[in-house]
Parts: sequence; C-alpha cells; structure tokens
Amino acid sequence: MNISILKNAILVFAMASYCSIAFAEGSVPKEIAAYREMISDGNPAEFDEMRGEELWKKPGGPNKVSMEKCDLGKGTGVVKGAYAELPRYFPDTQRVQDLESRLITCMTTLQGTLESDITAKPFGGDNYKPEIESLVAYVVGQSKGVKMNVSLKHPKEKEAYEIGKRVFTYRAGPYDFACSTCHSQDNLRIRMQNLQNFSNAKDAQDSYTTWPAYRVSQGLFRSFQWRLNDCLRQQRFPEPKYASEVTIALTMYMAKNANDGVYAGPGLKR
Amino acid sequence: MINLERRKALKAGGGLGLLGLFAAIGLIRPGMAAVETKLFAFDAKSMNEALDALGVIIPQSSEAIHLTVPEIAENGAVVPVTVLSSLANTEQIHILVEKNPNVLAANFTFPEGTESFVTTRVKMKETSMVIALVKADGKFYRIAKEVKVTAGGCGG
Amino acid sequence: MGNPMKIRASVKDGVTEVKVLMQHEMETGLRKDADGKLVPAWHITEVKAQHNGKTVLEGQFGTAVSKNPYLVFRFKGGAPGEKISVNWVDNKGDTRSDEAEIS
Ligand code: HEC
Repeated sequence: MNISILKNAILVFAMASYCSIAFAEGSVPKEIAAYREMISDGNPAEFDEMRGEELWKKPGGPNKVSMEKCDLGKGTGVVKGAYAELPRYFPDTQRVQDLESRLITCMTTLQGTLESDITAKPFGGDNYKPEIESLVAYVVGQSKGVKMNVSLKHPKEKEAYEIGKRVFTYRAGPYDFACSTCHSQDNLRIRMQNLQNFSNAKDAQDSYTTWPAYRVSQGLFRSFQWRLNDCLRQQRFPEPKYASEVTIALTMYMAKNANDGVYAGPGLKR
Repeated sequence: MINLERRKALKAGGGLGLLGLFAAIGLIRPGMAAVETKLFAFDAKSMNEALDALGVIIPQSSEAIHLTVPEIAENGAVVPVTVLSSLANTEQIHILVEKNPNVLAANFTFPEGTESFVTTRVKMKETSMVIALVKADGKFYRIAKEVKVTAGGCGG
Repeated sequence: MGNPMKIRASVKDGVTEVKVLMQHEMETGLRKDADGKLVPAWHITEVKAQHNGKTVLEGQFGTAVSKNPYLVFRFKGGAPGEKISVNWVDNKGDTRSDEAEIS
C-alpha cells in the first residue's frame, strides 16, 4: 500500500510548518539499527522495575496495604505473565482494562488512594517519578519472555478491539491525521525515526513487545499510556484522559495485533 | 581533529602547559601533579587544553587501539563507547569528545590483571570526533573516530 | 546515600566480566530547568571496583558520562560465588557502594 505522491507532499508541508520534520520513504539506515543494538544492554528501566517491586510489596496508600492482593487478571497477586494477557475484561469492574487502569482500580480499592491523585500527574519528569509508572515497570518486566496472548472472547473485549481499530483510522484534527496516516505503510519515516506499520504483524509485535520503555532522549521510563499520548499530540489531537476508554481501546487493538510476539519489555528506545 | 601542526608549533614555542611547566621546574611533586591533573583535565574546554592538562605532548596514532563507537548516534544523550587497547602495559584509557563543552568525558586506570578494555556511554552535544587516548608504558597513543549525532526530531 | 546499582559479574575461561549500571542524574551544569535557571553540575567523579579487596578498576567521570552510567570491564581471575564491590563518589560528596556475586 502506498500513499500517493500528492498526499506525501501535503504531509511534508503540514509537518514542516510545525517542527521542520518531513516524511521520507526508505527504511532506517543500518547505522541506526547498529546504534540501537549497541545500547540494548544495560537498560536503566531496571531501576524502575526495582522501585515498582518495592512499591508493590510494601504497605501503601491511606489504608496501608500492599498491592499484593491486586488481581491483574490471572488471579489475586499473580504478576507473572499478567501483562501478556492485558487488556482484558474484568468481571468485578465489568469493563475492559489495560494495565494502567487496572492498577488504578487496585490502588483505589485496596490502598484507598484517590483516583484523582493518581491521574493528576501520571507521567514522570524532572525529579518526579509517579508510583503508577514504577508499578507499570515492575508488572511488565514480569512478562518478559512470555508470548502475547490477548483474548477477544468476551463481547466487551471484542467491542474494545473494534473501537480501537476505528480510532486507529479515524482522521481528524487540523491536519486530518489518523494513527494510520503515519503507521500503515512500510518504509515510511520522519527523519531517522521510522514509522512502524502496524498493519504488518511483525512491526505490530516488535513495537508492542518493546513498550513500555526507557527513553534515552528523555532519561525516563515511559508507559504505554504515555506513548499513546505522545502520538496523539503529534496527531494534534486533544490530550486524552489518562487510562480512559479510548486509550484502553487503542491499547487493546495494538496488543491483540501483537499476539504471538514474545514480550521483551521494558524496552530501551532512543 | 587535534591540530598536530599547531600543537607542534606551540610546543616549539615553549608552550609546555602550565602543569608541564610546573613539573619541569620542580614546583610540583609527581604525586601532586596527578591530583591536579584530573581537576584541570576535566575542566578543559578544548583538545589542546585537555592534552596539556593530561601532560601529553603529541599522542601517537596507534592501530593497536580499537575504538568502537556508532557511526550515527540516534541520540546524543547516550553514545556507547568501547575501547580495547592491545598495547603492552596499558595503564590508562581516556575518552574525549572533541566538540563537547568539556572535552574529557572519562578516564580509567587498569591495575595489573585487569584487561585494557572498557565500555561506557557518553553524552555528545553534536557530531564530533571521539578520541581514545591510551597511556601505555608511560607514553600516550590515540585513535579517533567520528560519531554523527542526529537531532532528536519531533518524535518527543 | 545514592541509589542502588545493578552489578552483574560472570566468569568464563578464567576472565570475569563485570557490568555495572549506576543510578545518577549526571547533570552537566549546562542544562536549564523549566524556569530557565541553570541546573548545577551534579555528577559522579570517581568509581572504584574491587574483587576480594583488590582494586580491579578505577575510573574518573566528567560531566559528559551519560545519565545512569553504564560500565563494562574484565579482569583475569574470579570464581563463582566470589564478591565484586563497586563504589562511587559524586561532586556533592554523596557516595554509594554495592556488591554482587560472580556467577
Ligand atoms: C504524525 C505522525 C504520527 C501519528 C499520526 C501517530 N504516530 Fe505513533 N509514532 C510516530 C513516530 C514518529 C514514532 C516514533 C517515535 C520515536 O522513534 O521516537 C511513533 C511511535 C509509535 C509507537 C511506538 C513504536 C515503537 O516501536 O517504539 C506506537 C505504539 C505508536 N506510535 C502508536 C500510535 C498510535 C496508536 C497513534 C494514533 C493515536 C499514532 N501512533 C499516531 C508518529 C506518529
């Protein structure tokens, strides 16, 4: 599938006016692949995993209880392999939840933390590490080596997937962009960043199984909710509510398309 | 790159460098010089200043030093650098980035029994030569490679 | 006291390879914060690794070593179960020591 030359020209124009970046065709230079390989060892996300494990196990929140009674879908307290099956339908909340929204459920119901306290500043920054992000690091790390196995058996799961799929191709905003504008073609890139083609199983797997990730350019661990936010920003869409239905649906779409890929996160990204 | 011709001229002109000069006239003892060297060297703003601070006159280029750096670094915040020296009696490896505000990034001292090999990661402000400066048997040798740093772009 | 390091050491063919990941901001002193104020330099200045009480590597860092410094080095000897210790000091006088067993 190829975007027409005309459309490429429009894209170049649109993006250039924002941040002097332009779409280009061609795969990532082999030098960049070599660079990524060279930095793949020694991932500082390990520190976030460590911090998350501590937070998971120690009494916290107003109720002073740990997260060890949290059910991530594989039974009370089971963390191993849980992320590889998320998002999923949870009977207790009667909705489909991704990891972040499920952590919010446990932090509010078990620990007594106010949801607004968690979602007010959910992404890390200078000298600031939200607890939920470290918990994410710990939980995803416990699925390393596990095959992605997201189910669409429950009607609500199927529904979330379909919504996600629709959102993925829904064009809007000042540039009439959809996720698919950037992510449904092979060998498309913005400068050196190649744009993964999520309609191709390999790209879908490679990407999803390496997020969340430590971003070396930011020196911070980033959750999948952050990844979505950042792409919606590039798309000039309004910022979504943290862990809202639309972000869970998008996550469901991406996670399901990554099925059978072996989970390898937390990743290490430029 | 290190402008050897200019350095030669400087040296010929008596530009021994402050430390070299002090050492030469016996103002500082060798032990003291070592302590002072690190402080000065990490503050050096140019290759010449760094080499002076390290007490290096003209480092010889050597094929016995293997410097592994990426040709292109996708992000200057993390540039992996590996240095392996096959020079006999390698005592120290210094890693320098010519175009950085502070040229000297790190140095390592290898006691007997430790292989003269090290991997670390450095920050690079822009495309520049990365230099491995090796002290072996009391003499300095170097090798340099260019690393292109691509701008982060708009990807956030 | 600084934050913990991750140290991995394994011996193969009589050579121990040590990989150390440190937690440190490594501020250059040249970066400005959100309010436009310079963030003061804050970085590790010295690192020392020991095996059975013997120093196996000494390093000095300037401001250009990346945030969360990573180090790999190798020394002759070492046996499974023996300890490697790593210590760093930063320019504020903070310090951190951690240990790991050779596998
Ligand atoms: C304007 C173009 C653009 C749009 C529109 C866009 N993205 Fe992206 N996306 C990017 C770029 C560029 C990257 C790579 C960023 C980088 O390398 O830092 C990326 C990366 C990603 C990644 C991580 C890939 C990896 O392997 O690391 C995911 C997942 C993703 N996008 C999902 C989405 C979703 C979902 C949407 C729609 C909500 C979307 N993107 C819309 C440009 C876009």
